[in-house]
Parts: sequence; structure tokens; C-alpha cells
Amino acid sequence: MIPETDALAALLVAMMRAATPLAFAALGELITEKSGVLNLGVEGMMVMGAVSAFMVVVATGNPALAMLAAAVVGLLMAALFGALTLGLLTNQVATGLALTIFGIGLSAFIGQGYVGTPIEPLARLSIPGLSTLPLIGPVLFGHDAMVYLSLAAAFGLWWFLTRTRAGLVLRAVGENPAAAHSIGYPVRLIRFGAVLFGGAMCGLGGAYLSLAYTPMWVEEMTAGRGWIALALVVFATWKPGRVLLGAYLFGGVTIVQLHIQGAGVAVPSQVLSMLPYLATILVLVLISRDATRIRLNAPASIGKTFHPGG
Amino acid sequence: MTDAPPPRLELRAIDKRYPGSHANKTVSLALGAGEIHALLGENGAGKSTLVKIIYGVATADSGEVLWHGQPVRVGSPAEARRLGIGMVFQHFSLFDSLTVAENVALGLNAKESLEVLSRRIVDLSTRYGLPLDPRRHVHDLSVGERQRVEIVRCLLQDPKLLIMDEPTSVLTPQEVDKLFDTLRRLRDEGRTILYISHKLEEIRALCDRATVLRAGAVVATCDPRQESARSLARMMIGSDLVAARRTAQEQRPGEPRLVVENLSLSASHPFGTDLENVSFAVRPGEIFGIAGVAGNGQGELMLALSGEHRTPVHDAIRIDGRPVGRLGPRDRRDLGLGLVPEERLGRGAVPDLSLAENALLSGYGRQSLVRRGMIRFSKVNDYADRIIGAFNVIAHGRRAEARSLSGGNLQKFIIGREILQNPRLLICSQPTWGVDAGSAAAIHQALLDLREQGAAVLVISQDLDELFTIADRIAVMSGGRLSSPRAAHDTSVEQVGLMMGGLFDLSDEAGVVHDPA
Amino acid sequence: MIRLEARGHAAAGWVYGAPVLAVGLTLVFGAALFAALGFDPLEALGVFFLSPLNSAYGIAELAVKATPLALCAVGLAIGFRGNVWNIGAEGQLVMGAVAGGGVALALYDVDGWFVLPLMMVAGMLGGMAWGAIPAFLKTRFHTSEILVSLMLTYVAALALSWLVHGPWRDPEGFNFPESRLFHDAATLPILWEGTRLHLGAAFALAAVVGAWFVVARTFIGFQVKVLGMTPQAGGYAGFSQKWVVWLAFMVSGGLAGLSGIVEVAGPIGQLQPTVSPGYGFTAIIVAFLGRLHPVGILLAALLMALSYLGGEAVQIGLGLPLAVTGVFQGMLLFFLLACDILIRYRVRLGGKRRREVPS
Repeated sequence: MIPETDALAALLVAMMRAATPLAFAALGELITEKSGVLNLGVEGMMVMGAVSAFMVVVATGNPALAMLAAAVVGLLMAALFGALTLGLLTNQVATGLALTIFGIGLSAFIGQGYVGTPIEPLARLSIPGLSTLPLIGPVLFGHDAMVYLSLAAAFGLWWFLTRTRAGLVLRAVGENPAAAHSIGYPVRLIRFGAVLFGGAMCGLGGAYLSLAYTPMWVEEMTAGRGWIALALVVFATWKPGRVLLGAYLFGGVTIVQLHIQGAGVAVPSQVLSMLPYLATILVLVLISRDATRIRLNAPASIGKTFHPGG
Repeated sequence: MTDAPPPRLELRAIDKRYPGSHANKTVSLALGAGEIHALLGENGAGKSTLVKIIYGVATADSGEVLWHGQPVRVGSPAEARRLGIGMVFQHFSLFDSLTVAENVALGLNAKESLEVLSRRIVDLSTRYGLPLDPRRHVHDLSVGERQRVEIVRCLLQDPKLLIMDEPTSVLTPQEVDKLFDTLRRLRDEGRTILYISHKLEEIRALCDRATVLRAGAVVATCDPRQESARSLARMMIGSDLVAARRTAQEQRPGEPRLVVENLSLSASHPFGTDLENVSFAVRPGEIFGIAGVAGNGQGELMLALSGEHRTPVHDAIRIDGRPVGRLGPRDRRDLGLGLVPEERLGRGAVPDLSLAENALLSGYGRQSLVRRGMIRFSKVNDYADRIIGAFNVIAHGRRAEARSLSGGNLQKFIIGREILQNPRLLICSQPTWGVDAGSAAAIHQALLDLREQGAAVLVISQDLDELFTIADRIAVMSGGRLSSPRAAHDTSVEQVGLMMGGLFDLSDEAGVVHDPA
Repeated sequence: MIRLEARGHAAAGWVYGAPVLAVGLTLVFGAALFAALGFDPLEALGVFFLSPLNSAYGIAELAVKATPLALCAVGLAIGFRGNVWNIGAEGQLVMGAVAGGGVALALYDVDGWFVLPLMMVAGMLGGMAWGAIPAFLKTRFHTSEILVSLMLTYVAALALSWLVHGPWRDPEGFNFPESRLFHDAATLPILWEGTRLHLGAAFALAAVVGAWFVVARTFIGFQVKVLGMTPQAGGYAGFSQKWVVWLAFMVSGGLAGLSGIVEVAGPIGQLQPTVSPGYGFTAIIVAFLGRLHPVGILLAALLMALSYLGGEAVQIGLGLPLAVTGVFQGMLLFFLLACDILIRYRVRLGGKRRREVPS
């Protein structure tokens, strides 16, 4: 084997792993936003997913169960958000912020006893003959199940949005809820479903952090990834394929700055750690410069409260 | 018509209350097969509520709905469609960013592939003379074409009853004729059409029977062909209406107050209409009308005139000879501009603020309601009271929230607010759209009085009757371009109608070409 | 089935009643939470809410913690009224601390009356500069101010961390990541002997009064309100959206920056890797709990300050994690948002499906 391909493969694998939590959360938020709801609680749902997955894996040792728990907890958090914004017509921005503050507080609270507990990281796929191929092996066949799940989710959501009737209805509800209501679609129910899905995906994204990416639990371990995921949705102009691309790009930035830090370059580590956040801002600026493009792609009713007739 | 019992749809003693209003008072109604039945009434008479109940969007508090003699509960629009009831909404329930086929699919209960559906759309639309391309996006369609999408969507379900809610308000006179042909054909196939309108001449031309609603109750059922427009109006309003009167225009040669010259502007909204070389001039003491089907650039023109959308060429717009293209609304108001936008709740007024605060909204400058950055509350209150008094605005005083007013009263408040600032130039968009007849007459009179006092008035409206009542000259907007103006007494509804369809040149040949100034 | 019925007008009583109800519900759920953890709920609530206030020192601490909250929240509320969502007050606070602290360190050998005012001004400018970035990107490129201001919070925290680990580290500090302790000339005077209550509390009061004046009396306050409620109506009236974005970020950034320098020149006395336990985020809750009204914000800041003290008290008294504070804060904001529905709607319990309202 050639060492350069090894290093490259390691880099690519690390990049995909860094991207996976972002991909889960951003894909979930994409569906939520397509229905016309802006949920700024991504960070809170992710961190709750992370802590609950970790607790379950410590208790049972079963990573599948842990992932399920994270999805359910994310979904419950989202249900709270949905009940408030859709049922009680609260401001979506404020409620989303509340969800994040609440999630960070609650996760730190319930996860207190788990800081420093070691766990077995999520097992990686190993296909004899394939996983050991140079470069292609680790990049294509050497990941854990959740990486593949995120790829499948991106494809599945693309298919759902563009090829199915349910996807058409979802887009219609986000585009013009009043019209959808007058033709007879249960707008709030559909939005609630989209919010729940978004929450479950954010929970999975958090679970990937605590089960696989950095297999441990620390307070606020999401470190702003929920917000980056929100930015990714805008960057992707609400298209699942581009969400994935964006996530991998950010994964790349994260890994590259980690590698530079590791290589002992004479730049302070804090400055390097700023890179993903600065890159997010840069990308947001570049994408939002074209207001027309955003307007053509953004769900027209996003963030606006809808009450039938009110 | 109703020779074979039972009727297709029968409503018995339908009653519906909303907090603060009794929308339907024991309304009974019977619709037979093969008839076009008018539901006639003023804005706010309860027509919309009644059809919402029929179509399953709202539920009656009491009363019965019978379909072919069988009592039914229509719980949702989907159930209504299953029964064979279709509806074409006044405000289209279409999705701009989706294609025609996708829009149609969303309105159908059947789940068929878009390819099959597209073929059916083409078949049906050619059969009824409503040509449509299923692959086009709705935001690319004209308003008339959008209505076709709605109609085709209904017809694909082979409805027995078709409800049309004010379908002609967005059409040119020629399009109206075509629509009526289609509707008569549908009637001759044995379908029932419930035709909702407050336009009397249309109802007399089209409908076989009419039910008149006033303040939520049925006041008459008649054969509109046997009635005069005047008698129908009396049933609808309950008294004879004093229409606004226009005196003959005095010739006031004076310099034009507003000049727009070769104004081209790209729309700020991706689905908007770009303005192309718009030129016209409004003189003191005249009302200049701009006709046209909604969505042909009137909104963009309004934003350009108000200063909300600045124009790159500074002297494309001039007030009293001063270039204002790059000035904002505040500076233009200081030059004597008054503005009444189309959306009264949400642009002309802030729904959640009191009338007093809404008086401050545009009156702060010319009424000196602000001194050294401080609001002078007593002057604000006084100004609001003056508007309410002078324009007979029915509201719970100046502290009432704008949203609590009826459309007519809010419009009187907004127009009053602008007129009391003594504008040298007043620009109104759709001044009486959705307004009850009494308020509409009062608004027309106020505009005519302003004209008498020597102000220049520009009225943008899609209501041709309105323009022919008050305007001295009329120009037509179509596809972002403006025709040359004509004297109102020198042109006809048909000619204006042709121009609304974009045929500027053809109609120019028939008439006289006027100088823009 | 719960039904919502529009009132047609805002119910004045619930404008004030909703926050009270929300606090009440938070207490009930807080008691349930404590009970679930095996504590006597009344005793635990007593430890959380009452024990911090049983001494003069405790009451002064309440004001000390309420000071940065009120400063940040008063500024944020002006933006929120105008629909400008600065949620990066935490970052602006940190940059205020960095800028003001930088002045203190640069004038380390100078003893003059002007040091402290200079630090305060620098702190405000630091916060304003950090707020200017999202304001500029929003007005120039339509970039979401929510995401940019939030991202900059992480950047600010890293910048502070770098400074105290590197160039500004106390040369005699045994390698601890801290700056030198500020001199007396660079420290806020104590207002109440024997406690930590400092001059910053007066700044907060002044900010509250000033903001009240702007909101209630001036045309600027009216323009912000109109643009926040109905941007199109603001455009029609000739008010500038961009101007309000700048105003909101300058005021909220400046006040957040001031709160940052007040913290380091007051209770902390030096630059540390962390200068705030999330005051900038909690201020968002404070702003909403106070109904975006300056006086309400003052009361809400005191209540939130109590939640910090209560968190410390249950940590010491009951051995619970400090994070219980965040749980209480989040719950309170949820309940408040939910109770707000009572202002515009009647909530009816009943089986009938009637949700529509006349159009």
C-alpha cells in the first residue's frame, strides 16, 4: 500500500464522519422548513439526542437501541416545539431559541453522571476483501452504519420531495398554507409531522456525535453544530443533495483545521478552531447575496404562523 | 329547471355565528340541475361564509344540507369533491412555484401519475376552450390563465355543482364573455353553477335565478332577467344608493403635477412584472385612471411612485417638475404626495396598532405630529379624531385596532388620513376593492371632491365601472407597459377591454392617439 | 380537544397576567421535577428561590447578576421589537470585555480617573463592532443575522481564550490562563460596602430608563415597532428597514459590550477564559419574559438572576448539578410563550371541531 493513499483515505473518512451529524440535522431541518416551519431548536434537539443515546448505550450496550432513543427524544423535543408553534401559535424564532436553551440545560442536567464514562465506539463495517482495498476500501466500505444511513436519507428525501405525492403536498403546504388549507389539506397536521421528522433526525445527528464521532459525553458537546446545520439548509437552497455536499464541505474544513493543529503549525489553535464558524458565515454571505435565488427556492411561508382563517 | 324533485342541493335554515358577527341567519336555498344560480349580495353580506359551509371549509352552527334530497355532512373540501361539488376561489388556491399539472394534482382526490393527468388536462382544456400547458409554472401565467387552472382542476372531477366566487373581478371584458360561454356550456350539460357576485349586469346576463343576501339573511329570490339593475341593487343594499356624481371636467391647462417618463424598472420580486417604458402625466384637477388586470405591473408601478422602490433614473418620475425617482416615501410626501396602497391591512395600516397610531403612520410629517424626535400624542389623537369624524369611520374610537374595522371603514380611514393632509397629488390603488357599496360611494365622492379642489388624483383599479364613474382619462396597463390615455367619455368598456388584453395598437387604430402629457 | 377562539382584540389583563401564570406553572413543574428526583419539592423550591435572598449579601448578589442580564436584554428587546434577531449578545458581551479589558491592561501602569470611563467606552465600542458585522452582512447581503451573530459568539469565545492563553496572560500568574488583575483605577467602585454590588447596577438602571423613554415617547421607538409588526407598512410610511437593523445592533451590541466590561471590571476583576455564564443567551429569555418592555425586563432580570443564585444554592445545598438553572430558564420561556396565546385567543375546551374564523 502507498502511504499517501492511506493518509488521503484517513482524511476522507474523517471528513465524512465529521459531516454525518451535520447531514442528519440539516436534512431533518430541511423537511421541517419545506413545510414552512423554522425550528431554531436544532442545537437543543441534537444535544438531547447526544446525551440520551449515550445514556442508553451505557445502560444497555446496544447502539441500535441508543440511536432509536436519540431519535425518539429528538422527536419529543420537536413535539414540544410543534405543540407551541402550531398549536398555540407562538413565535417560531423565540420558541426555537427556547428549545435550544432548554435542551442544553436539560442535557447537562441529566448527563451529569456520565461525563468521563468510556464507551465502545460504534462498530465500523468490515467486508472482507472490500474494506481493505486501498483508498476505496475505507472511503466506501469502511464506515459505521449511521454514515450509510445519512447517505440513504439524503437520497430518500430527494426522492420523496421530487417524486412522491406526499412530497408534493409538503412543498405545497410550505409554499402557500392558506391555499393548501382551502383545498382541504390539514396544514397544521402536515407541519407537525414535518417538525417531528426534523426532530428525530436532529436526535440521530446528536447520537452520532456521542456514539461514534467522539464516543463520550460532555456538556454542550454539539458546540454550535446545530446552528451550522441551519446554515447548511440555506446554503443548500433547500435541496437534499446539496445539503450532503455542504455537510461534507464543512466536515472537510473541520478535519483540515484539526490536522493543521495536529501538525503543530505556528497558528494558535483557537484561531484554527474559528475556521468552521467563519467558513459558515462566509458561505452564508455568498449564498444570500443572490436574493432572487433564495426567494425562488425558499419555502414562501417559512417562519410565518398559520392559523386557518386567522 | 326544478321540474324533477328533489333539488340537487338544498340548504335548510343554515345559521352561522362568528365572534362579533352573525354571518348567516337561517339561510335556505335550493339549486336545481342545469341552472346557473346567482348568489347576490354586498361585501360582507355572508356569501363567502355560505359557500364555505357548502364546500366543507366551515361548519354551520345549525341547519341542514341536502344533496339530491339526502341529508349530508360536508366535513371537508375533500368530502365535498367526493359528492361532486367543485369550487373556484376568488383568491386562487394555487401554488406559484409548482407547475400547472402539480397544482391540478393537489386538488384532486384521485392519485394518478402526472403524465396521465397532463394528458387529461390538455384534453379537457381544449374541449371547453380553456387552453393550458400543464408543464408551465403558475407564476408564469396571467391571472386569466390561473383562473383556467382552477376551473380545469374542478372540471376534471366532473362536478355536478360548480361554485364560482366572484370569477370576473380579475378578467378583461372579453375574457368574461369567453368564461360565460364556458359556463353556459356546462349548464347545458346539466351541471349546476352557483355564481357569486355583486355585479348586477353580469348576473342579469348570465343567471337563471338569483338569491339575494343582505346582512346574512335571504331577502329575495328572483329571476334576474326579469329585474333591472336598479331593482336588484335595491334588494341588495336595502335602499336606493346615491351614486357619486362627477361634474364635467373644467379645462385647467396648468402644468402637469405628476410626470412619469420612460420609467423602466425590474420587479423586486422574482414573480413580479417588470415595468417597460411607462409614460404618463396627471394634471391638477383631474382623475387619471389606470385600468388593467391585476398582476400586470400595477403593484410595481405603485411601489415606484410611492418611493418604496427607488428608480435608477432620477427624473423618470417628477412631481411639480422636480425629479423624485431616487427620493424615498418621506421626501415625496413632503412634496405633497398622498398614497393609498392596495393592501389596506398590512401596508396602508398596521393591523395590531390603534387608529391613532395608524394616523401617525403617514401623517407624521405634514401634520407635524413629531417634534424633535418626540411624538406629540395630543396632536396624534386629535388628528385621528378628525379623520374618524370627517369620514364617518365606524369604529370604537381612535383606540380601536385597525384589524377590528370592516374593510370599508378601514379604507375610509386610510383615504381620510391621506386627504386630510391636503395632498397636491393623491395616488390610490384599488380604492373600493372589497368595500361595501355605501363606503364605496363615499370614497368616490371624496376623490371627486379632492379633484374639484384642484388636486391631481391617480387611481389604479381593475374595476372598470369604477374608472368610468370617476376618471377623466383612462390608460391601460398590460404586461408592464402602459397604453396612451384616452378621455373617459371618448372610449368604451370594450376598447379598454381590448387594451387590457395587451392589444394597444389595435385599439389605437380604432381610436385617437393621445399625447401622454 | 382544545379550541382557540380569536378575541378580536388584545386582552389587556393577560398582557400582565401571562408572565405571572408562566412563573406559576414553572414553579409547579419545578416542584414536580424535584419530587421526581427524590427531594421534598417544597423544601427544594425553598432552597432554590428563597434561600439565596436571606441575607443582605444575597440581595446584593441578585442585583450583581441582574445587571448584565438587564443591560443585554434592554438592547436585545429593541431589536426584537423591530424584528431584528440579534442572538449573539453573548459574543458581543465577550468582545466588550476584551476591548475594555484590553484598555485596562494597556493602561496597567496608569492611575487616573479617566481609565475607567475609557474602559467603559471601549467595552461598548467592542460590542458595537462585533454587532456591526451581522448588521453589515444583513443590510448589504441579506445574510441571516440570527446565524451570523450566533457564529460570531463562538469566534469571540475563542478569541478571548487565545488572548488569555497567549499574549495577555499574566506574566506572574503561574501559567494560569488569566490576565493580570485590574488595578483599583480600572475596577468599578462598590456601591454597598460589604457586598459586591458595583456601579454597573446603576448603568443597568439608566439603560432601563433610557430605553423606556425611547420606546414609549419617541418617533424612533414607533418606527421600530411598525417595522417589527408590519415591514410593508413601515416601507409605505418611509421608515428604513436597514436603519432599524443598524440601530438594533448598535444599541444591543453596545449594551452587551458594556455588560461585558462591567463584569470584568466589577465582580471578576480580570480577563478569564470565560467571563459570562451565558448571560447573553439568558438575556433573550429576560427580554421575552419582560414583554420586550424595559420595566418588565428589569423585573425579569431579577427573576433570572435568582435562577442563577438558586442553581448555585441547590448545587451546594442538595448536590444537584448547576445545569438545573438552564432547565428552569427554558421551562419558563416555554410557559411564557404558551401563555401569551391568552392575550389574543380564548382557549375553549370542547368536542366540536370549529376552528375557522371569518376571513
